[in-house]
Amino acid sequence: MPDALLEVCDLSVSFRTENGVVRAVDGLSLSLALGEVVGIVGESGSGKTVSMMAVMGLIRDPNAVIEGQVLLRGRDLMQLPRNEMRLVRGGEIAMIFQDPMTALTPVYTVGWQIAEQLRAHQAMTRKQARARVAELLAEVGISNPGRRLDDYPHQFSGGMRQRVMIAMALSCNPSILIADEPTTALDVTIQAQILELMKRLQRDHGSSILLITHDMGVVSDLAERVAVMYAGSVVEEGSKADVFRDPQHPYTWGLLGSIPRVGRPRVRRLAAIPGLPPSLIDPPEGCRFAPRCPHRFDRCSVRPELAPRVSANRLDACHLDPAIRPSLRHRSVA
Amino acid sequence: MLRFLGRRLVAMVFVLFSISVLSFLIFFATPGVDPASRIAGRNADQATLRAVRKDFGLDRPLPVQYGLMMKKLFITRDLTSFVNRGAKVIPQVTEAAPVTLSLVLGAAVIWVVFSIGMGLVAAVFRGTPVDAAVMIVGLIGISMPVFWLGEVVNLLTQSRFHDTFLFSWVPPLGYTPFTQSPFGWFKSLIFPWLTLSVLYIGIYARVLRSALVDAQEEDYVRTARAKGLTERRVMLRHALRTSLVAFVSLFGLDFGALVGGGALLTEVVFGLHGVGKLTFDSLQNLDLPVILATVMYAAFFIVLANALVDLVYALLDPRVRHA
Repeated sequence: MPDALLEVCDLSVSFRTENGVVRAVDGLSLSLALGEVVGIVGESGSGKTVSMMAVMGLIRDPNAVIEGQVLLRGRDLMQLPRNEMRLVRGGEIAMIFQDPMTALTPVYTVGWQIAEQLRAHQAMTRKQARARVAELLAEVGISNPGRRLDDYPHQFSGGMRQRVMIAMALSCNPSILIADEPTTALDVTIQAQILELMKRLQRDHGSSILLITHDMGVVSDLAERVAVMYAGSVVEEGSKADVFRDPQHPYTWGLLGSIPRVGRPRVRRLAAIPGLPPSLIDPPEGCRFAPRCPHRFDRCSVRPELAPRVSANRLDACHLDPAIRPSLRHRSVA
Repeated sequence: MLRFLGRRLVAMVFVLFSISVLSFLIFFATPGVDPASRIAGRNADQATLRAVRKDFGLDRPLPVQYGLMMKKLFITRDLTSFVNRGAKVIPQVTEAAPVTLSLVLGAAVIWVVFSIGMGLVAAVFRGTPVDAAVMIVGLIGISMPVFWLGEVVNLLTQSRFHDTFLFSWVPPLGYTPFTQSPFGWFKSLIFPWLTLSVLYIGIYARVLRSALVDAQEEDYVRTARAKGLTERRVMLRHALRTSLVAFVSLFGLDFGALVGGGALLTEVVFGLHGVGKLTFDSLQNLDLPVILATVMYAAFFIVLANALVDLVYALLDPRVRHA
């Protein structure tokens, strides 16, 4: 895709540990167009967060080995000198994190912390920064922003802190916002408010969002395109409607089958995917999902490429013949 | 903030009162401890003991004795020694206090500056030979007993190399008041400062390093990096600032204890007649008024240091301020 804003090509992150090399991210490829919202879903440990930390250059573990390319407007972030990468972080790519309760430094006012980011990227006087912070806080729906910016993080509730984090992330008008489980730590009514806010801001600013989550509801609410991750790489990718209505990979079948539906006849038990995610230390050759897959056959000992098998915009990594997939799916999920 | 200070002040007075009662009871009313027989000397007969009791007021009821003692200590300020009769106690303490304060303040400045520097360097270069080297230097500092280190320093500066250009400027052991000659004060104290601070530099550098290393794992430090701040700013403004809380509480305890007489070994080795030495001497000949005065003095500084630590806490951490 030539018009891609961000393109991740064959990204791998491994950690050397006492027990062997852990391949947390294993050949991840992903692209994000201008103004697009892409959801990355997958269970815990599938490498969602680690891959995004690698994109941001935030993995500092000396035992980590990062390979692959991350192209931002054609510029490889992996090759950038430290100081230029620093300016990308928070300037062009901003990130919000899972737990707003601990993501802000407890000893500074929220206004100070947002202004700190502004002044790290733009030439601004203290006064200008303060005015801009008040604007930002108002934009994310914090009432009385002129006074609230002098409050400390512990004086805000969880949902309000996440609003502050969003204001901080948007402060330098980044072209990409990476949201790592932005609503997981919040209670349900607050989740809905934060999602509404993110939707509105995305509309107003036109920024691209990479949304990491294990919550299918959140993805279906925000994302236009969905990438499903399993054991460190993408197994299926496509538009939200396609992935949800017509999933191609047996892992996605299982994932969607495990969501309880309200307003449909209640099935006796929720479907679950048998087995556990594979160990990321010395993962088996071939398809990573094969050991848990009810439809594995001899070709599964060769690792399938992520490729368009059904149509041009539908990528999946499964050897099953697309023609027989629907019947298999109904048999396994029904 | 004012209410916070007021509450601290009331608590301080209460603690000091309790300490005064407690130390009075320990020295005057513990079964088996009879100050009179101690003053009268061995094998004194009953008549002498009675005379001594009457003379020193030891035959009055305990609360009265306590009251008189405190009145002489704090109000009329003419408490006299039991051992050197007529020698006033308060001037002894006020003469010793500046020596100890000079010693401990100077050492504290050195140990805070060096330990923050070493802790930061070790944390920034974590896992590298630099980190290991700094921590080993710290460990060596912790391992050297202060009396031994002090004697070695004296050996080098006062005798072995005193005639060389290196240490010929070092004055003889003892204390020169700041008011008399600021430079002389500095020269007489520089080696005691260094000697006393070595142990604390080692401890504090290690404490700070581990706090900084822990802070690296904190979510807010990750946020700070994601904001695109410089590594230096992340370290100093975010990691160090929050790590200082542990550092400050440790400092308050050590500083209070040292000013209260804990620097005895350093004082003895360098011939400084400070509070530690005064307490030690008075304990040797059970000079109760002096003991009581020095205990009260020490307690005052320890309580004061703790109050200051609480104050610094409130400055460092807004959550304490609003609690």
